[in-house]
Amino acid sequence: MSINRRNFFKVLGVTGLTLATGSALKAKTASPESEKEFSGILFDSTRCLGCQSCEKACAKVNNLPKPTEKPEVGVIRETNETRRTVINTYNTSKGEFSIKKQCMHCNEPACAAACLTQAMYKTKEGPVIWRADKCMGCRYCMVSCPFDVPKFEYHSSNPQIVKCTMCYDRLLEGKIPACVYACTGDALHFGTRKELIKEARRRIQENPDDYEDHIYGEHEAGGTSFLYLTAGPINELGFKNTLQNSSYPSLTKGFLYSVPTIFVLWPSILLGIYEATKNNNSKSESHE
Amino acid sequence: MNNAANLVAKDNQEKATWKFILGELKPKGKWLTPFNIISIPIIILGIVLIVIRFWKGLGSVTNLTQEVPWGLWIGFDVVTGVAFAGGAYVLTFMVYILNMKKYHSIVRVTVLNGFLAYVFYAGALLLDLGRPLNVVNPIIGNNFGVSSVLFLVAWHFLLYMVAQLIEFSPTIAEWLGAKRARKILSGMTIAAVIFGITLSTLHQSGLGALYLMAKEKIHPLWYSEFIPIMFFVSSIFAGLSMVIFEGSITHKVFSDQISEKNHHNHNTIIHGLAKICTGAMFAYLFLQILVFIHEKHWNLINTGMGYWYLFEIIGFVLIPMLLFFFSYRKNNLLLIKVAAIMTMIGIILNRLNVTVIGFKWDAAVRYVPTWMELVVTLTVIFIEIWVFRWVINRMPVLRESPTWVKTER
Ligand code: SF4
Ligand code: SF4
Repeated sequence: MSINRRNFFKVLGVTGLTLATGSALKAKTASPESEKEFSGILFDSTRCLGCQSCEKACAKVNNLPKPTEKPEVGVIRETNETRRTVINTYNTSKGEFSIKKQCMHCNEPACAAACLTQAMYKTKEGPVIWRADKCMGCRYCMVSCPFDVPKFEYHSSNPQIVKCTMCYDRLLEGKIPACVYACTGDALHFGTRKELIKEARRRIQENPDDYEDHIYGEHEAGGTSFLYLTAGPINELGFKNTLQNSSYPSLTKGFLYSVPTIFVLWPSILLGIYEATKNNNSKSESHE
Repeated sequence: MNNAANLVAKDNQEKATWKFILGELKPKGKWLTPFNIISIPIIILGIVLIVIRFWKGLGSVTNLTQEVPWGLWIGFDVVTGVAFAGGAYVLTFMVYILNMKKYHSIVRVTVLNGFLAYVFYAGALLLDLGRPLNVVNPIIGNNFGVSSVLFLVAWHFLLYMVAQLIEFSPTIAEWLGAKRARKILSGMTIAAVIFGITLSTLHQSGLGALYLMAKEKIHPLWYSEFIPIMFFVSSIFAGLSMVIFEGSITHKVFSDQISEKNHHNHNTIIHGLAKICTGAMFAYLFLQILVFIHEKHWNLINTGMGYWYLFEIIGFVLIPMLLFFFSYRKNNLLLIKVAAIMTMIGIILNRLNVTVIGFKWDAAVRYVPTWMELVVTLTVIFIEIWVFRWVINRMPVLRESPTWVKTER
């Protein structure tokens, strides 16, 4: 009996330990938007000339190779490890339009929720950035991002994750993103997300015939800091239109919340069964 | 003076222990077995490929793309390998928690198998990391990504390996003849078991939860919010099928190690496991059907992926389940083994369908692993078997414990 009791306390100790680890690892999901403060960029496809000034400026500030291909109808260029943004031209029922593509800077980014070292990180200013000193190159951010934005240098022995950072460093210096600065057609607009949505609504209201009544990014994936105004329907312009409107990290919330509960319940249940079956056994043995 | 003598004695003892361990490191038995002839060249080739991979980057060896960043090494080595290692937590639950003494004789080998599977298959994660030196970051807190499922899974792998090592440690102590250590270590078994089962529940389901955010990327027949539960339930029969399969092989290969009594016992054990598999598979099938009906996937059935889904569910869940059911009633050992192998194929299919085949099934360029990825995967498996064989040949895993253990009690 005394041994039983000693064992019992030992198990209790472990239960305590599991509890402690459980709460240390307790699930916390990225705090939802404090939308008022997030900066963002509004892209207006009716104003875009397809001149690639933004692409060139982006390559320049990020030390990437100068773009050589021109946007062409029917050819879809993707961002990759050597270009953080691309311009594609589409032929739609309303005519030809160009669309800029880059990271959407989600309000609740899947990439940052996925990252186990917070290398992918949603800054309080709004941009989602990548931090080399933390990243271990697991590529879970790529698996999770609904827009397939983060890219990986597969041919490097010390690979980086490459994606648009909304020129976070420039923002800290008080400048605006290089692409917005370079835009010749006034298609890109930098501001707080709230202002941008207001501005987009105003444009739609003033010229309802020119615009689709939809701000892409207002609700998609729980809202993004990069917003689009389009002339044609979004499914003719290469947008992902199957995305959910709630945030992607919310998909794992249920699982993450159940973790501490299981950490508390399991050990005590297991201990209970263990004690019960052990007593059974000693009884049956003494009867034998 | 006395002190000095003590020190010398201790020193001698230590030397003897080291000599013993060094002696044990040498191979035993014949060298030119068929297994060695096949595995040695593959392991050498695999190691060369691993060097190239770290030197020239992942792209030089794998076919991974920007859209499909996780391939065979994660989908098979880690996700499937860990499911097969589930036998350890199920068996420790049965033996230590439910006190089912019948299964005691296979606990050690199963825990050993589980431990090695985690070391090698979860270790395969390191091969896949682009910046492996930073792997310590989530451990030392640079930074804790507590909202990440992968963070939980990684920590649970690590802690579970420790728990399994503790569960297995009395065997090591018996091998080294360390009586006192054995006593202390076996006192920790129950605690390690409870901790281990809790961790297993969480990371078996966690491996499924990893894919929850890839909602539009996985074919709808394999994606549902219930992936974590399905992964957990299927890990029960995946693990037990592995135990049956592995048991029937080790009982042939290492038959000299197994006592008459345990040999005889093994058949009743296999029957018991078949019964549990039937139950777990029934629950799993029920869940699959429920999700299928709930998500209204009828229209997807009449497509290529639909047939593939039916192939998996009917061919490698329903049929092996029925086989398990009939074979334990009819007392047919061979049929049980067939069912176990089919179940294992079903698990491989299921895990690969979620992680590789159904992942970005509609992408313009499909990911197909290179032969080099396959060779590295085989290398990992073969090295694991080598270590397993080395341990079995030396430690009292299948063999009975040395006599001093019994007299101690
Ligand atoms: S678009 Fe992708 S990479 Fe960009 S913030 Fe959203 S989840 Fe992250
Ligand atoms: S690859 Fe880097 S940034 Fe992406 S999830 Fe892994 S650690 Fe985070």
